[in-house]
Amino acid sequence: MSLIVNGEAVALPSDPRVSLLDHLREALHLTGTKKGCNQGACGACTVLVDGERILSCLALAVQYESRSVTTIEGLAGEDGLHPLQQAFIEHDGFQCGYCTPGQICSAIGMAAEAGRGVPSHVSVDLGAPVALTREEVQERMSGNLCRCGAHNGIVDAIRATVAAEWAA
Amino acid sequence: MTPFSYARAGNAAEALRLGAAGATAYLGGGTNLVDLMRETVARPAALVDVTGLSAVIEETDGGGLRIGAAARNTALAEHRAVRERYPMLSRAILAGASAQIRNMATVGGNLLQRTRCTYFYDTEGSRCNKRSPGEGCDARDGFNRIHAVLGASEACVATHPSDMCVALVALDAQVHVAGAGGERTVPIADFHRLPGDSPDRDTILAPGELITAIELPTLPLAARSTYRKVRDRASYAFALISVAAAIELDGNRVADVRVAFGGVAHKPWRALKAEAALRGGPATPEAFHAAAALEFAEAAPLRHNAFKPALAGRTLAAVLGELVKGEAA
Ligand SMILES: Cc1cc2nc3c(=O)[nH]c(=O)nc-3n(C[C@H](O)[C@H](O)[C@H](O)COP(=O)(O)OP(=O)(O)OC[C@H]3O[C@@H](n4cnc5c(N)ncnc54)[C@H](O)[C@@H]3O)c2cc1C
Ligand code: SF4
Ligand code: FES
Ligand code: FES
Repeated sequence: MSLIVNGEAVALPSDPRVSLLDHLREALHLTGTKKGCNQGACGACTVLVDGERILSCLALAVQYESRSVTTIEGLAGEDGLHPLQQAFIEHDGFQCGYCTPGQICSAIGMAAEAGRGVPSHVSVDLGAPVALTREEVQERMSGNLCRCGAHNGIVDAIRATVAAEWAA
Repeated sequence: MTPFSYARAGNAAEALRLGAAGATAYLGGGTNLVDLMRETVARPAALVDVTGLSAVIEETDGGGLRIGAAARNTALAEHRAVRERYPMLSRAILAGASAQIRNMATVGGNLLQRTRCTYFYDTEGSRCNKRSPGEGCDARDGFNRIHAVLGASEACVATHPSDMCVALVALDAQVHVAGAGGERTVPIADFHRLPGDSPDRDTILAPGELITAIELPTLPLAARSTYRKVRDRASYAFALISVAAAIELDGNRVADVRVAFGGVAHKPWRALKAEAALRGGPATPEAFHAAAALEFAEAAPLRHNAFKPALAGRTLAAVLGELVKGEAA
């Protein structure tokens, strides 16, 4: 019974009560993923599973056998930070940094959703290709709270990377 | 969390066999059940993971759609046929929870998320008839801004929190259920219960029964439909009031209409009285307000939610007005 975390196969917990979040933090010592509310309300624990953003606090680790999990630790490459990590620094996308790993993983999942045309609550036309306006990014990222109120910088950082990538 | 065993079902027959044991719960995305287990509100002895069951979204012979219970909420909201033919359903799903939760949540789990309020979670500090039958309800005289105004009972005044289900009742969806005794199909409007004397039961599902699929009928008027949710913050909050509506016009008159409200009752509320009042009448703001007033004539507001009937009326009028002008879809 194993799970792939940032490209490496790791064992699953034997106790099915262990959440994916606790497994990452306590067993694998990947403490980049944060525990905010532990009840689905803040987004601090967001990770990517097979490229989709989910909340690791509401996920039982055993449910994710053989799936591929990416955490904040898995984003930087040999040649440096992930472009979004760099953009968060350049655009003041954080203060204390507690929500940041979740924000960044969430934004990567969000970009993939928008790229394949998933509409959002604020999309006027459900059938149109997605344009990542400020309003769209705000709505799509509303599952990630920031107690420091760095939201403007967060939206700027996301738009500067993801939206710019598309505009190119 | 209380200890439990975990098993994954590969198909419906296996799920039913595993689910037949007492104190077993099916597990979808876990976004409601894991939370309730952590708070020890739910204490199953065994979990049967049903996320491996059919998640297929396919056309039916009759021109409707059949949606496997394991389909994720995001998959349903983004499906091309849903966006084009049942836009209110896409919009309702997109108005609920957060993108991360919608990626995890299954259609079956969304239907069966508990009708609840915050007191329901407060195992140590509050009385709740839904959690502990007969104990009393602290919401009745407590903070009850988000609570029910229609169909509530002395025992419980909670609302069903699902946005998706409000669209499903407006669309006359059918719920396919499998159990030890075979399969049955339940109209969604009869699936969720009003609380009465037994608020511990949210639906008509019997222990061990499994949702296998939901089915949307052919409904051409649904192509002109939408969903509007009014809440205390712009996103990521439960509804104070929500409206799912579809309308078909014949000149200036209402040829046909579908209306359902969320945030008003223990179940998603199909507004049959409002629909009957509207059908054949003028498509005017006055008529829309009058129809809502009729639907809420027997509303029984609590201390903090007396605004709901009026808000429901304004929301319905706004939504139908938009649809008539062709501004929403
Ligand atoms: C912070 C937060 C905010 C939210 N906000 C909203 C909101 O604004 N609007 C909204 O609509 N919802 C909201 N939700 C609720 C969310 O939509 C539900 O938790 C979700 O839809 C449940 O789906 P699931 O697959 O995760 O169910 P689970 O948690 O896995 O299961 C829920 C229930 O369904 C049962 N079950 C699951 N599948 C089956 C099946 N096939 N057959 C029989 N029984 C089954 C389980 O036994 C359990 O009792 C919110 C949730 C959270 C945590
Ligand atoms: S309204 Fe229902 S769920 Fe809420 S405390 Fe009362 S009995 Fe419990
Ligand atoms: S810790 Fe998971 S959503 Fe807050
Ligand atoms: S940077 Fe502190 S919570 Fe977001």
